[in-house]
Amino acid sequence: MEELERYVEDKATQYIVVNLGIEHYGIDIKYIDNIVKVPAIRRVPNIEDYFKGVINLRGEVIPVMDLRLRFGMEELEYTGKTRIIIVKLDPQAAMGLIVDEVEQVLDIYDSQIEKVSAEKKEETNGYITTVGKTDRGLVSILNLATVIGEKEQQI
Amino acid sequence: MDVSQYLGIFLDESREHIQTLSDQMMILEQEPENQDAISEIFRAAHSLKGMAGTMGYKRLQHLTHVTEDCFSDIRSGSMAVTSELMDVLFQALDAIEGYVNTIQESTDEGDDDNENIVNEINRIRAAATGKGDAAPAPKKEESADTAEGGADVAPANDKAAYRNIKLDESAKGVMEDAIVAGKHVFGFSVYIQETCLLKAARAFLVIKALEDMGEVIATDPSSQDIEDEKFDFNFSLFTICDNDIDTAKAAIMSVSEIEEAVGEEYTVEMMQNFGGAAAAEEAPAESAETKEEAPEVKETAPAVKQETAPASKAENAGKPQAQAKKPVISKTIRVDIEKLDTLMNLVSELIIAKNTIVSAADGGESSSQTLNEQVEYLESVTTNLHEAVMKVRMVPIESAVNKFPRMVRDLEKKLDKKMQLTITGEETELDRTVVDEIGDPLMHLIRNSADHGLEHPDERAAKGKPEMGTIFLNAYQDGNSVIIEVGDDGKGIDVEAVRAKIVERGLASEETAAQFTDKEVINYLFDPGFSMAKKVTDISGRGVGLDVVKSNIESLGGDVSVKTKLDEGSTWIIRLPLTLAIIQALMVIVGEEKYAIPLDSITTIESVQESDLKLVQGKEVIQLRGTVIPIVRMSNILGVESTHNMDEDMIVVIVKKGDSQAGLVVDELMGQQEVVIKSLGKYINTDRVISGATILGDGEVALIIDANALI
Repeated sequence: MEELERYVEDKATQYIVVNLGIEHYGIDIKYIDNIVKVPAIRRVPNIEDYFKGVINLRGEVIPVMDLRLRFGMEELEYTGKTRIIIVKLDPQAAMGLIVDEVEQVLDIYDSQIEKVSAEKKEETNGYITTVGKTDRGLVSILNLATVIGEKEQQI
Repeated sequence: MDVSQYLGIFLDESREHIQTLSDQMMILEQEPENQDAISEIFRAAHSLKGMAGTMGYKRLQHLTHVTEDCFSDIRSGSMAVTSELMDVLFQALDAIEGYVNTIQESTDEGDDDNENIVNEINRIRAAATGKGDAAPAPKKEESADTAEGGADVAPANDKAAYRNIKLDESAKGVMEDAIVAGKHVFGFSVYIQETCLLKAARAFLVIKALEDMGEVIATDPSSQDIEDEKFDFNFSLFTICDNDIDTAKAAIMSVSEIEEAVGEEYTVEMMQNFGGAAAAEEAPAESAETKEEAPEVKETAPAVKQETAPASKAENAGKPQAQAKKPVISKTIRVDIEKLDTLMNLVSELIIAKNTIVSAADGGESSSQTLNEQVEYLESVTTNLHEAVMKVRMVPIESAVNKFPRMVRDLEKKLDKKMQLTITGEETELDRTVVDEIGDPLMHLIRNSADHGLEHPDERAAKGKPEMGTIFLNAYQDGNSVIIEVGDDGKGIDVEAVRAKIVERGLASEETAAQFTDKEVINYLFDPGFSMAKKVTDISGRGVGLDVVKSNIESLGGDVSVKTKLDEGSTWIIRLPLTLAIIQALMVIVGEEKYAIPLDSITTIESVQESDLKLVQGKEVIQLRGTVIPIVRMSNILGVESTHNMDEDMIVVIVKKGDSQAGLVVDELMGQQEVVIKSLGKYINTDRVISGATILGDGEVALIIDANALI
C-alpha cells in the first residue's frame, strides 16, 4: 500500500539523454527547442573558448557552445553523430549545445533523482546539481542556467 | 456582454485620455481661466469615466467621477484653481494611471480605493463651494442632481421642448464660448401648422433663416430626421445668433405655415445648469449599464485574481512562474491607413512579379530576358516594401516625451527651483522599439539637468541669469540618424571638480588625471557608480544614472555625448539610428571571413600604400587630406590571418564617430548590401566590436562590425 502511494505521487519528467564520451547527461525536454546536425558554424572573434560561434537556424542567428569545452573535456572532431541541442531558457534567447550524440528520451522519476554532494557541485562549477539513478545507469542532469552562463555574467 | 475583447482598445484610449488630462491640466495650472483647457479636460475625464463604467472598473470610474465633479466646479467658476487643488488633482491622475497600469498587468483594477485622494478632493471642494461634503457617496449626489434637474424641468412651459434636447459636451462648449464671445444663444421650439403638407421644407426654411444669422448647433430630432420628415409638427433647436431674440423669432415666423415659435436666450449659467440636467440624465443610464455587466465581469475577475495571486507569491521561487506576471496585453501600434494602403499595393505588385517569374521559369529559353527584367522589378518592389514596413513601425517620439512637462512641474516643487521645459521636434519619428526604450534615458537626463544642472533662483540671480531656468529637449533628424538634445542653461559641468573626484576615487593618479583632456574627464561621468552629487537626493545622485543612460542608448545602437560650458549649461546629445532592423552596409572580407560595416559610419574608402603609413607614439597612422587618422588593422582585432599581399595597396575604410575618425584595414571589398540585423543573443559577450550578425543570401552568417567601438 505504501509503495502504491509512493508510486502515485512519484512524477516522471522527460529528459533527453546525450553523451559526452562515456558520460550521460540529461536535459529537461521542456527547454529543448530543436535538435539539429552540425551546420556551418561562423566563428565570432574574441569570445570565450567554449563558444564555437553562431549558426543560422532557419533565419535565426543562434550562438553555439561545445559542451565538451564547457566541461573542460578534450575537444573532439565532429562526426555524423554530433548534434546541436537548441535550448531556450526564455523565449527570446536560444542557445545551441554541441554534444557527441543523442542517446534517447528517458522518463526519470522524482524518486530516482538525488542531489549531488557539495564537493561534486563545486567540481562541476554548479553545472550539475542533481543525478538521476536509472536502470541504464547514472544520468547527470544539466542545470541549464549555469551551463549557459547566466550565473557567470554576474561574477 | 463580454468586454475582454475591448480591453486593448480601452487601455489605448485610456492612456490617450490620461495624457490629454495631464497636458491640459498643466495648461490650466498656468492659465486658470483657459476655457478650452477646461472643456478639453472635462471631455477626457467624461470619456474615461464612461469607458471605465462600461468595462466594469468601478474604482476607476469612481475616482474619475470625483475628479470630473471637481472640474465641473472649476468650470462653473464656483471653485478657483489653486496650487493645492492642482496637486491633489495630479495625484488623482497618477492614481488613475495606476489603475490603468494594474488593469494592463492583470485585467483587474486592484483593490486600492485611493480613499485619501477622494477625501482630499472632497475636502477642498467642500471648503471652496460648501457642497462637496455630500460627495463621499457620489451615487447619492448623482441622484440628487437628477432630482434637481427634474425639478428644474418639470414646471417649465410644456411647449419649451428645447429644454429637453440632449446636448453633448462639445456642443455645449461651443455655445458657452459663443456667449462669452458676446454672441447670443437661443433655444427654440418651433410648431408647424398641422395642416401643413411640406413640413420638412418648412423646417428647412426655418433652419436656413436662422443660419443666415448665425449657426444652428443642435436640433431635436436630428437634422437628418427633419429632412426625412420624421417628426411631428414641432421640432426644437439651439442656435448661436448675432442678432437678438426678437429678430430671430421674427425670422422664424416669417416662414409661412409656422404656427408658433417658443424660445429664450441662454446665459453661461443657464447653459451650465442645462448641462447638469443632461449629465444627470446620462448618468443613471450609465450606471444601469454597468450593473447589467457587473455580474459577468465579476465572474471573470476572481478567476484572474486566483491566477495572479499565487504567481506573485511564488515570484521568488523560480523563473518559470515569473512569466505569469508579464503584461496580458500585446503591444499595439496605431497605423495611418495610408501607410497600410501602400503596403497592400506593394504586396500585390510582389504577387504579380512572382507570377511573372513563375511563368517565365516554365517558358523555356526565350524567357530569360523577361526573367531578368522581372528579377529587377522584384528587387525594386522588395526595397519599397521594406521602406513601407519600416514606416509602419515608425512612431513620433511624442509618446516618449509628453510625460516630461508634468515631471518637470513636480521636480520644480520638489527641488524648490524655478524651471521651464521646452520641447521641440516631438513629431520626429523613430522605430517603435526605440521610442519605447528612450523614455527612461531621457528622463534621467532631464532629472539630472533639474537637479545638478540648474541653480537655485538666488544663485542664478547672482550670476545675472534669469531666475527661471530652462531645460530643453530638441529632436530632429540628421541623415540616417535622429538626434535628441537634452540640456539646460544651468551651471554646466565643472571639469576640474570631476578631475579631482577621479583622483579622489583612485581611478587615476594625479599626474595621469592632469593629462586627461576635458573630454576624457567628462567620459568618467558615464562610469558606473561615479556620482558627482554632493548630497544624495531621491531625484539623482546615487551613481545610477549616466551609466544606465549610456548603456541603454548603446543597446539601441546609438551613442551619447555631452557639450558643456561652465556657468552656461550642458547639452547631452543622443544620436540614434533611424531604424533598427535593417541597415545599409559595406560588405568586406577579413582573412576568409565576411563582415558588414554600417554604411552611415563610413566616410570614404581609400587605397593606401604600406609606405604611406607613419608611426606616431608607436601607433600606425595615415595622413589624409591634412588629417592624421589612426589605422586599425582588422585582422589583428578579429584574430585572423590577413590574406593581404604586402606588395599591393591596402584597402582602408575610413569611419567616423562624431569628430574622430579611424581607418580600418580590410583585405577585400565585396560591395554594398542591405542587411537585416540579428542579435547574437544575450549569452555571448563580445568585446563590442561585433554588434550583431546578419544572414547573407546564401544562408551564410556574416558579423556586423560596430565601427564606433574601434574609434
